[in-house]
Amino acid sequence: MKLRKLIGFNLLTAVILGVVGFYVGWWLGHLFKAESLDYFEDTGQNDIALFIAYLVGVIGFLVGLGFANYPVQRLLGKPASLREKEDQGAARYFGLCTDHKVVGMQYLIGIGAFIFIGGLNAMLIRFELITPNQHAWNGNNYLTLVGLHGTMMMGMMSSGIIGPFANYLLPVMIGARRMAFPRVEALTFWLLMAAGVILMTAIGFGGFPTGWTGYAPLNVQANMGMDAYIAFFALVGLSMTLLGLNMIATVITMRAPGMTWGRLPIFVWGMFTTSILMLLAAPVLISVLLMVAMDRTAQTGFFNDAAGGSPYLYENLFWIFGHPEVYVLALPGMGILLEIIPVFSRKPLWGYKLAVSGMLGIMLLSFLVWQHHLFVSGINADLRPFYMLSTELISLPTGFIFVAALGTLWLGRIRLAVPMLFSLAWLFNFLIGGLSGVFLSDVPSDVTTHGSFFSMAHFHYTIMGGLLFAFFAAIYFWVPKMTGYRLNERWGKVHFWTMFLAFNSTFGPLLVIGFLGMPRRAVTYAGYLQGANTWVSVSAFVLGASMLIFLANFVYSLAFARVPAGANPWGSKSIEWQLPSPIPLHNFDRIPTFAGDPYPYGVDAGTSQRPMVAPARPTP
Amino acid sequence: MNLRGHAGRIAALTVIGTAIVLPLVIFVLGPNMPPGKRTNAGSSQVHDNTVLLVVMTPFTVFILVYILYAVFTFRARSGEELRDGPAIHGHVPSQIAWLATTTIAVLFLAIFGSAELLASNGSGGGSGPSPLTKPGGSALPVQVIAQQWEFTYRYPTYGGVETAQLVLPVGRQIAFHVTSLDAIHSFWAYELGVKADANPGVDNVAFVKPKKTGTFQVRCAELCGLWHGYMFDTGRVVDGAQFATWIAQQRQAFTPVQKYLPKYASSYSPDPEARAG
Repeated sequence: MKLRKLIGFNLLTAVILGVVGFYVGWWLGHLFKAESLDYFEDTGQNDIALFIAYLVGVIGFLVGLGFANYPVQRLLGKPASLREKEDQGAARYFGLCTDHKVVGMQYLIGIGAFIFIGGLNAMLIRFELITPNQHAWNGNNYLTLVGLHGTMMMGMMSSGIIGPFANYLLPVMIGARRMAFPRVEALTFWLLMAAGVILMTAIGFGGFPTGWTGYAPLNVQANMGMDAYIAFFALVGLSMTLLGLNMIATVITMRAPGMTWGRLPIFVWGMFTTSILMLLAAPVLISVLLMVAMDRTAQTGFFNDAAGGSPYLYENLFWIFGHPEVYVLALPGMGILLEIIPVFSRKPLWGYKLAVSGMLGIMLLSFLVWQHHLFVSGINADLRPFYMLSTELISLPTGFIFVAALGTLWLGRIRLAVPMLFSLAWLFNFLIGGLSGVFLSDVPSDVTTHGSFFSMAHFHYTIMGGLLFAFFAAIYFWVPKMTGYRLNERWGKVHFWTMFLAFNSTFGPLLVIGFLGMPRRAVTYAGYLQGANTWVSVSAFVLGASMLIFLANFVYSLAFARVPAGANPWGSKSIEWQLPSPIPLHNFDRIPTFAGDPYPYGVDAGTSQRPMVAPARPTP
Repeated sequence: MNLRGHAGRIAALTVIGTAIVLPLVIFVLGPNMPPGKRTNAGSSQVHDNTVLLVVMTPFTVFILVYILYAVFTFRARSGEELRDGPAIHGHVPSQIAWLATTTIAVLFLAIFGSAELLASNGSGGGSGPSPLTKPGGSALPVQVIAQQWEFTYRYPTYGGVETAQLVLPVGRQIAFHVTSLDAIHSFWAYELGVKADANPGVDNVAFVKPKKTGTFQVRCAELCGLWHGYMFDTGRVVDGAQFATWIAQQRQAFTPVQKYLPKYASSYSPDPEARAG
C-alpha cells in the first residue's frame, strides 16, 4: 500500500527517467558519423554523445517530476490544474510544487547540500597546499578539485540567497500570495539540482582542467569532463535567467495596494536589482558555452587562433557575464544586511533612497567594468584607464550601502543576536574585500596581484565574507519564521565566532601570500611560503569545522529540540513577522494594504505609519 | 548635547587613529610593499601601493572606529525590555559629506593610477602589441614563448637564438614580447614586477628596466592545464659583460639547431602535426 505512493510524478520517477534518458541520449549520440569525427572512435571520447546524453537525461528528469503534464494536458484540450502538490504533507518537498514557500525550503536544503560539497572540495585543496610540493593528489585531480570547488560555488551561490529566501519571503513582503510564474519558479530549482548532479559526473569523465573560468583554448583541448562543466553552467544560466525573470515580473506586477516602489523593503530592492543582473548577464554565459560546445563537437573555431577565432573572444564574453555575476553574488548580501540591521538596532533604515540608489548604481556600473579582468592580457591596453575609472566608481554606490548601514546603527538600541553578529561581520569582511579590490582595480598594482592568491583572497572576502555571512545571517534570522522553530542561540554564537575568526585567519594571510608571489591554481609553490600556507590550511580546516557546528545546531534545533519560535521572536515590525510561523498556505486571508515606511521603528504602534496588515489565517 | 558628543568622539578617535596608522603606512609598510624596488616597474608599483594605502587609511579607520563605537555605546543592556531608537530617516549634510569625500578619493585614485600607468610605460604589465607609451631610447627585445608547460626565450637582436634560460643585462631597458603556442599562459617575473598574458597569435609587450643584479622567479600565472603548477623557472639579471659572454655561448650552443627553428616572428602559428613529427 505504501509502495503505491511512490508511483507518480515525483523525485523517484524523475531520477529513474533521468538515468534512462542519459543512456538513451548516449546511444543516440553514438549514431553520429562523419569523417571529421573519427577521433571519437580512436580516443574513446565522444563529446556529442555526452552532450546529447545530458540533454535527454535532463528532459527525462523534468518529465519525471511532472513538468510536461501541464503543457501536454493543455495540448490535448483537457483541463489542467493551475497549482500542484500544494497541500500534500512531506511529499510536496520531493516533487514539482508551485507553493513558493515549499520551493524556498527546497532551495535551502538543495543548495545547502551542494555548497557543502563545494566546501569539502576546498578542504581537499587546502590539504594539498600544506606542503610546497605535490603530496596528496595528482595534477589532474588537483585541477579538477579546484574547478569543481569554484564552479559549484559560483553556480550554486548565484541563487544561494535569492533561491531560498527571496522565493520564500519576497511574495509575502510585497503582499502577494504567490510568485508571478509558480511553475517556472519550481523549474528553476529542479534545473539547478540536475545541473549540480551533472557537474559531479565530471569526476567520472576525467575531470576538467580549467577552473571555474573555463578559458579557451584550454576548454577545447580538455577531455570529456569539460562537457559536464558546460552542461552545468548552461543549466545554471538557464535557471538564473528564469529566476530573474520571475522575480522581476513578481515585483513589478504582484505588489499589494499601497506597496509603492518607495515602500519596498530594501531586501526586495536587493533581489530586484540582482534579478535584472541575472536576466541580462546569464544569457551571455549560455551563448558563450554553446560556442564552446560547438568548438568541441562540430569542429568550429570560435576560439581557435589558427582557424581565425580568438581566445580573447571567450575572455570577453565570459567576463561580460562574469562581472555582473559577482554582483549577483554581492547584492543579495547587501539586501540581507540592510534588512537585518534595522531590526536589531530598532531604527528605521537610514538613508533608504541612498541605499536604493546604491543598489541601482552597482547594477548599472557592473556591466561597464569587465575588462579589468584582462588588465595584463594585452587586449585594448589603451582602454585600461577607462576600466580603472569605472571599476573604482563602483566603490561609490558600495559606499552608499555602507553609510546606510552605519547610519542605521547611530543612536540605535543594538542587540547582538546571531543574525546581527553575522551582519556586522559582513561589514568588516566586505570592507577588507573592498579595500583589497582597490589594489586590483589600480593597473600598476594589479600587475603583481593579478592572477595571484591576492585576487583569490579578495573575492573570497567579498563572496564568502559577504555572501556566505549574509546567507547565515538570513538562516538564523528567517529559519524560525520558515520552520516555526528557534535555532539554538548559544551554539549559533559558537558557530559565528569560530567561523568569523577562522575565516579571517584563512583569507587574511592569503592576501599577503598573493602579494608575496603565489599564483592561483598552482599545485606547487615556492618554499619560502610554506609556513604561511600551512597556517592557512589549518585555519581552513577550522573554518570547515565551524560548518559542522552549524550543521549540528541546525539538525538539533529543528529535529530534536523543537523550541517554538512564535510569530515574532525578534520583535520585528516587518510584515512577514506579523504572520504565524511557519507562514500558512496562500499567506494571507485577504491581500494586505500598505501605508508608510517599511521600517516603522521609533513611532507609536497604531499610527498610520504601521503597515496595515489584514489578520492572517491561523496556523492549521 | 549628547548627539554632538558621540559625533565629536568618533571624529576625535578617527583623527587619532589615522595619525597613528598613517606614519606607519608611509614609513614602515609602504617602502616594504611588494614587489620590491629592483626594477623601475617594481618601484612604480611600490609607490602606487603606498599611495593607495595612504588614501585608504582614513576611511578604514573611520569605519572601524564607527562600528566599534556604535556597538559598545548604543548597545541595549541585556534584560532590558524592547525599546525603539529614534526614528531618524537620514541626515542630508552627512550624506553629502560622505558622497563628496568618497567621490574625491575615487577620482583621485583613477587619475593618479592612469598617470602612473602612462608615466611608467605600463608598470611592467602586458600592454598589447602597440603600447600607448614607450620608453625613450632603444630597448633590448626579448621574446617570451609560452607553451604547455614551459617558457623559452628568443633574443632577436642576437640572431634569434632561443634558449630555456632568461638572462637580462642590468641597467638596459628591456621589451618583453610575450606570446603563446597553445593555451593562454601568463608570464610573471615576480621580482621584476612584470606580468603579461601569453595568448596564441598575440604579441603582448611589457617594458622593464632592471636596476639591480640577482635572480628572480618566473611563474605561469594563468591556469594552462595539467602541469601549470610546474611551469616555473629562475631568471638572472647580470652585468653587461657577463650578459655578452652568456649570449655568445648561447649562440654557439644553439647554432646547430637554429636552422630547424622557424624564423623570428612576433607570433607563431602552431603546427601540432609537424611538431608531433
